[in-house]
Amino acid sequence: MTQIFDTLVIGAGPAGMAAAIAAAESGQRVGVVDDNPAPGGQVWRHGTPLPNAGRRWKGQFEAAPAVRLAGWRVIDCLRLAPDGGVLRAECNTPSVPAADLHFRHLILATGARERFLPFPGWTLPNVMGVGGLDAMVRGGLPIAGKRVVVAGTGPLLLAVAAHLIKRGAQVVAICEQASLAQMAPLGLALLRQPGKLRQGAAYRWATRKTPFLTHCWPLAALAEPGADDHRDPGTQPRLRTVTLHRNERQWNVACDYLACGFHLVPNTELATLLGCQMQDGFVVTDQQMRTSTPGVWCAGEPTGIGGVDASLLEGRIAGLSAAGKSEAALSLSQRRPAIQAFTQALEHACRLNPRLRDLAAEETTVCRCEDVHMGALRERSSARDARLHTRCGMGPCQGRICGAATEFLFGWLPDPARPPIFPALVSSLMEEAAAGSPAQPEIDSR
Amino acid sequence: MTETRSTDLPSDGNSIVLSVDGVSVRVSPGCTVAAAVLMAGTPTRTSVSGEPRAPLCGMGICFECRVSIDGVPYQRSCQTLCLPGMKVTTTGAQLLP
Amino acid sequence: MTDPYDVIVVGAGIVGAACARACAAQGLTTLVVDAAGVGGGATAAGMGHIVVMDDSPAQLALTRRSQQLWGALAAELPSKVEFEPRGTLWVAADEEEMQEVRRKQVVYSAAGVRTEVLDAHSLAAAEPQLRPGLAGALLVPSDAVLYPPAAAAYLIHQAMDLGARMLPSQRVVAAGRGQVRMEDGSSLSASRIVNACGAGAISLLPELPIRKRRGHLLITDRYPGFVHHQLVELGYLKSAHSVAGASVAFNVQPRQTGQVLIGSSREFGEEDAAINHTLLAAMLRRAQSYLPRIGALKTIRVWTGFRAATPDKLPLIGPWPDDPSLLLATGHEGLGITTSLATGELVAAEIAGVKPEIPAQPYLPARFLDGSRAASQQGLFEEAAHD
Ligand SMILES: Cc1cc2nc3c(=O)[nH]c(=O)nc-3n(C[C@H](O)[C@H](O)[C@H](O)COP(=O)(O)OP(=O)(O)OC[C@H]3O[C@@H](n4cnc5c(N)ncnc54)[C@H](O)[C@@H]3O)c2cc1C
Ligand SMILES: Cc1cc2nc3c(=O)[nH]c(=O)nc-3n(C[C@H](O)[C@H](O)[C@H](O)COP(=O)(O)OP(=O)(O)OC[C@H]3O[C@@H](n4cnc5c(N)ncnc54)[C@H](O)[C@@H]3O)c2cc1C
Ligand code: FES
Repeated sequence: MTQIFDTLVIGAGPAGMAAAIAAAESGQRVGVVDDNPAPGGQVWRHGTPLPNAGRRWKGQFEAAPAVRLAGWRVIDCLRLAPDGGVLRAECNTPSVPAADLHFRHLILATGARERFLPFPGWTLPNVMGVGGLDAMVRGGLPIAGKRVVVAGTGPLLLAVAAHLIKRGAQVVAICEQASLAQMAPLGLALLRQPGKLRQGAAYRWATRKTPFLTHCWPLAALAEPGADDHRDPGTQPRLRTVTLHRNERQWNVACDYLACGFHLVPNTELATLLGCQMQDGFVVTDQQMRTSTPGVWCAGEPTGIGGVDASLLEGRIAGLSAAGKSEAALSLSQRRPAIQAFTQALEHACRLNPRLRDLAAEETTVCRCEDVHMGALRERSSARDARLHTRCGMGPCQGRICGAATEFLFGWLPDPARPPIFPALVSSLMEEAAAGSPAQPEIDSR
Repeated sequence: MTETRSTDLPSDGNSIVLSVDGVSVRVSPGCTVAAAVLMAGTPTRTSVSGEPRAPLCGMGICFECRVSIDGVPYQRSCQTLCLPGMKVTTTGAQLLP
Repeated sequence: MTDPYDVIVVGAGIVGAACARACAAQGLTTLVVDAAGVGGGATAAGMGHIVVMDDSPAQLALTRRSQQLWGALAAELPSKVEFEPRGTLWVAADEEEMQEVRRKQVVYSAAGVRTEVLDAHSLAAAEPQLRPGLAGALLVPSDAVLYPPAAAAYLIHQAMDLGARMLPSQRVVAAGRGQVRMEDGSSLSASRIVNACGAGAISLLPELPIRKRRGHLLITDRYPGFVHHQLVELGYLKSAHSVAGASVAFNVQPRQTGQVLIGSSREFGEEDAAINHTLLAAMLRRAQSYLPRIGALKTIRVWTGFRAATPDKLPLIGPWPDDPSLLLATGHEGLGITTSLATGELVAAEIAGVKPEIPAQPYLPARFLDGSRAASQQGLFEEAAHD
């Protein structure tokens, strides 16, 4: 299948939806690709319950004249020039053949993922990300009556705890690794964002019966039940107890789920594959959200973790700019500094305590795909060296999980992205791009 | 055959039944295969050194939730919605095409 | 300044590692210098197929000797090296290729390599994923598969156990006349210097008749039992032989992990590591023509690597005629993982002044300088293209 677009948007989260709406209302032929079966990105993709803003944006997006490839992943870039290029995408339904998406303008709105840090027991079933458990519950997992510990860092903790409680979960503790002092600037920044402040207050109200522990983190997740835990162990090993740490004190908490994530890291595989300039792990853009690669824009979390409002604004700016409406884009971008101040305060609040580097023991798994232990990594010198000599990052997640961890643990910069940027069927790489391909090669003489 | 039932989703009468390692699981439309596997109480996969694993990220990037769906191995269950009659197999699935 | 070394090996790829190990085993004080770490160059890109090849008698002698050395080492290799005596199946598509199978069997057996001819039926039984209707194959049971970076690391470890030293993260900017100069300005001296920089050897000695020949590989997720042997086509017989043009071949390997490694391609004139999608697609279609279900496997990663190609498809091993202190150990093209061990043996024998196990003469760099110094590198390659 070949599809041709004026503007192609990768990601149907807030940034991608806003970009697609803006480009489509400017008369562009727009395509939107998202790995998820439903639009909305990490905040809004699961139907219920959806806040008003989410409902409005999703409604607008669904009404916009755009081609939506839901449940499709971009896996490779076949051609890239200032006047356009070709991306290859694969459908999550294995029987559907890969598609070539031709574009003149490309907007990357690939969002962010959670950062996970290894600690003993983090590979046990029922230890998940904060957004991870939330997604499972939104995807149908019954949580009523289950005991949950929410831990890590970032605003997601409170938001998810509130949602789980609403679904009947018994959230035992919310453990934020940052200290109160470290979070203070974020509090000040929130004062200037009444909407966010109101939301935060509502989340805290919803979670008021649960202790919110700052400067607190999990030391270990255990499959053994605590002395007072008489629930049915089931047949499979799974999480039963979490050891928490706060102010030199440590104690055990019985629970059914541990939701643990350490804020977000941007999805920049596609941006780096396209050669976009990066700084401190984020994609560099100008006021109109143009990257250093001609014809490629970037909006939302890959430019900085700023939350929904920032993503919506950047998406709209990028969509307008790609459609040639530079003036409108520039005038909208006047609103960015206020939002960027929040982004910075958030980054400061989520800065990781160096002591989290000591959580993983020698035999703790760091690379979950290949089961590489902490002890095997200590003597390595870089992400590449670790990959070649321990297999760390060689599995199907392509280093998406362990890469963020080893960057924090050892300061290793992630390897440059390599196609395919998601595991893809061999058959999806068997066709060459439709036009402009050089002559057939000969058969090898070895 | 045992049956596990999702109780947490609004029941609008048109629930879906699929099988997870031969056990039928009843879910509501919109339920992900990952959630269905969790409800069945089984890990999604066995790691390369033999540990049981279950979903981590819920958003398609960790690949811990991979299962075989209707005979096709290595599908991310968190990115797949349940369909009636789906046959999901977890650890020990047949991997050869 | 420290005492001069007997030998400084520049490059800690598998070839440099093997040279260092062999030199240290001769009792020579040995230092290995690498711009990065161990086994991060072509060694990290190669397939790790230990294979006997018979394009020429000299190639046969070198690969045969190397294969024996790997066989002798096998028992002591740590599990990380993933050494597995899988054997090679040279797959014949038709009767014409079966004649090549029989020719190869005669040549191999004369060299003392045991082989077995499989007919269509036993080939299908040995590799059920192969397409029906193939004529047969030559099985070379002593061929093997290993994981090259771990093998290089093991050889370096052994060298160090024998007293050698390893200096990582030091780029060499000049090597010759008994001196090795680093990028940071420091220099070290040695009686002999071994240039084992793979395709990078030309940066230290631009007049070498070496060209980079890029290759693509693809690795899949784990599908244990998909294939059992290293599978290589004999099909190239019927298509044009080409040194200059781009080409692909069916070459598929089972990894110990259950992953399937799919090769291979060859192209000159490419300096960057980017993927050539046209060539990759052709390579995969070639693989699919032999393994019809391979398209259903999941790719984890695709990469490229550079082979150091010489005009006569033989490596450059031995003294560089212009500089008595300098030896070469490069130009191994697509066989350096295999031939690293015999290369090390030849280099160490030369330096220690002992008689090598196999004649060194066919690999001596001097062969390109005798009388033909005027011929440009390009000219040499073009000659080869037409032979
Ligand atoms: C797990 C999680 C939970 C969150 N929960 C909340 C919350 O409750 N409240 C809140 O305010 N903020 C939340 N956030 C933050 C929120 O993600 C952002 O504020 C907002 O969603 C960012 O929008 P975006 O469009 O930049 O990215 P996203 O919403 O992340 O959307 C990016 C989309 O791009 C897709 N994508 C990426 N790469 C490709 C590719 N190669 N091919 C195809 N598709 C691709 C992804 O699948 C994703 O759907 C959460 C973030 C995460 C990671
Ligand atoms: C796609 C592909 C498949 C292959 N498959 C096989 C196979 O199946 N079997 C087989 O036998 N062979 C195979 N090969 C060939 C094999 O990989 C190479 O021949 C072999 O790795 C060469 O090893 P080397 O040590 O000479 O070079 P390299 O591994 O490249 O090592 C050279 C080292 O020198 C260092 N270096 C370079 N310049 C400098 C400098 N100025 N200062 C300091 N250090 C420097 C580099 O950092 C590097 O570590 C394959 C090659 C490719 C590309
Ligand atoms: S749970 Fe991480 S990919 Fe599905």
